Amino acid sequence: MGRTVAQKIFDAHEVDRPEPQIRVLSLDRVFCHEITTPIAINDLVVTGRDRVFDASRIKAVIDHVSPAKDSKTAVQGKTLRDWVRRHGIKDFFDIGDNGVCHAIFPEKGFVRPGQTIIMGDSHTCTHGAFGAFAAGVGTTDLEVGILKGVCAFHDPKTIKVEVTGKLPEGVYAKDLILSIIRDLTVNGATGQVIEFAGDAVAALGMDGRMTLSNMAVEAGATCGICYPDATTVEYLWPFIQKEFPSREAALAEYSRFLPDADAQYSKVVRIKAEELVPVATVNYKPDQVKAVSELAGTRVDQVYIGSCTNGRIEDLRVAAQVMKGKHLAEGVRCIVSPATPLIFRMALAEGLMQIFMDAGCCVTNPTCGACLGMSNGVLAPGEVCASTTNRNFNGRMGKGGMVHLMSPATAAATAVAGTIVNSPLFKGGR
Amino acid sequence: MKEFNGKILFLDRSDINTDEIIPAKYLTEATKAALKPYCLEDLILEGFDSKRDLAGKSVIVTRANFGCGSSREHAPWVLECNGFNLVIAENFARIFRQNMYNCGMIAAELPAEKIDEMFRLFAGTDAELVTDLEKKTFTVTGGGKTRTYDFTIGSFDLELVKAGGWVAYADKKY
Repeated sequence: MGRTVAQKIFDAHEVDRPEPQIRVLSLDRVFCHEITTPIAINDLVVTGRDRVFDASRIKAVIDHVSPAKDSKTAVQGKTLRDWVRRHGIKDFFDIGDNGVCHAIFPEKGFVRPGQTIIMGDSHTCTHGAFGAFAAGVGTTDLEVGILKGVCAFHDPKTIKVEVTGKLPEGVYAKDLILSIIRDLTVNGATGQVIEFAGDAVAALGMDGRMTLSNMAVEAGATCGICYPDATTVEYLWPFIQKEFPSREAALAEYSRFLPDADAQYSKVVRIKAEELVPVATVNYKPDQVKAVSELAGTRVDQVYIGSCTNGRIEDLRVAAQVMKGKHLAEGVRCIVSPATPLIFRMALAEGLMQIFMDAGCCVTNPTCGACLGMSNGVLAPGEVCASTTNRNFNGRMGKGGMVHLMSPATAAATAVAGTIVNSPLFKGGR
Repeated sequence: MKEFNGKILFLDRSDINTDEIIPAKYLTEATKAALKPYCLEDLILEGFDSKRDLAGKSVIVTRANFGCGSSREHAPWVLECNGFNLVIAENFARIFRQNMYNCGMIAAELPAEKIDEMFRLFAGTDAELVTDLEKKTFTVTGGGKTRTYDFTIGSFDLELVKAGGWVAYADKKY
């Protein structure tokens, strides 16, 4: 019987099967940040197990609260910093070199097709954009990953989401994934893997694919996988050119993890890209999605452009294109947070920062901060935020605040208008 | 092994997420015990008051997709701090479910109609639940009624519960 991508990766990594449905996998990567790792580190220390399975496979970053905002977050950073030094973990990104984990780790070339990756962060599914099996886990799974290099998963079922055709102008990966979550619901892919297939997905760059995979977990999925192709290889080429004689050879190797033609899917969802429009969330669940036109006129207090979903260079380019020569509406504030220092530098070099600052935006250093209401843009009760992030849960960006999730284009247009509105890049006229 | 018996807190809603169970702003706490006062602080549920309704309860019965959202193990930890080692729902978000068993706690799935019956017969009563891990049953008594519900638990999950969690299990085995 044919195998899905996740099944092929599981087959290549299985070290134990304690019962037929449970597969213990060896891990190629364990990613760590300063919020969920310190408690694992402290537990390892207290129980006399302060070891790591392989320092070269562990990558760490301070990103959630950066720089530290108070003594507690300073201690979290210090715990991680001391630990990486103690164990010789070389790939550690401290204040100044740090970016949002799911942007900086791919950017550094750490993610490859066919890998197994865990991190104490639910949006680890982002790395599925490279054809890897990447899953968010809790602190205990992380602790065992650090110590033993293994993690247990249920044998995965897979949903195939096939997007054919061409996205209309002004409709982006964010609109696509929000539309998919609306159709699947927040419980529709629970415990399953999603494969994103079709020519509309293949046409996306890596930034767009990461946006897509990033929100797979909002439908409950363990991982959202895009198929490795020439676009993937091109992105990875600076990091893999010593491993392969040619791009074609790299692609041939990575193609081992493409699904078989007769792979078994629990469900196949077919979407016509042409029918999509810009969308945004309402209320407190990411599957509560409406066309932006239906929300037109909704007043906002804050706009946030950034995060592991939409803080990459393609996102900033689109937002800047919409904001160029314009100014924020009166009474609206806008925070732009490039997801990594490299993205920040590119945005500077391309003049995007000038556009944002001329428009009256606050540009911050890379951090997760505002997305989860921890720092750098927390909402007051009753405030409304148009946001390019991934969760609109009650209180997510601050107690009593309301978050509308949307694409960078829609967010930028909303910042200029002061109310939720379609960007001028969308010509659909709905 | 932990205790899986006690009075039931009924949460009549689906898709209760981990931000509602423990808001992110508390993730800077260095110990599990410090989380205790903030359990279910942001839960949207009519008539629910986290400061009032948790006292004396040890089991949560709820609807579908409990624990969706963030991977934060602070969610099971804050439940444990408040005396909850057992949550019964139609289904759970994967990471939350795994976190529960990794901590030696139980996330038990029952069919929607059984959950419905529990709400119908026992919500609003002073219902108490007793778990029999050998027979794999929950017995609920309240409002002058008693019902017994069979549940399933995989052998691997049961080993985690008995071992007291995944660290102890994995350290021995791998």
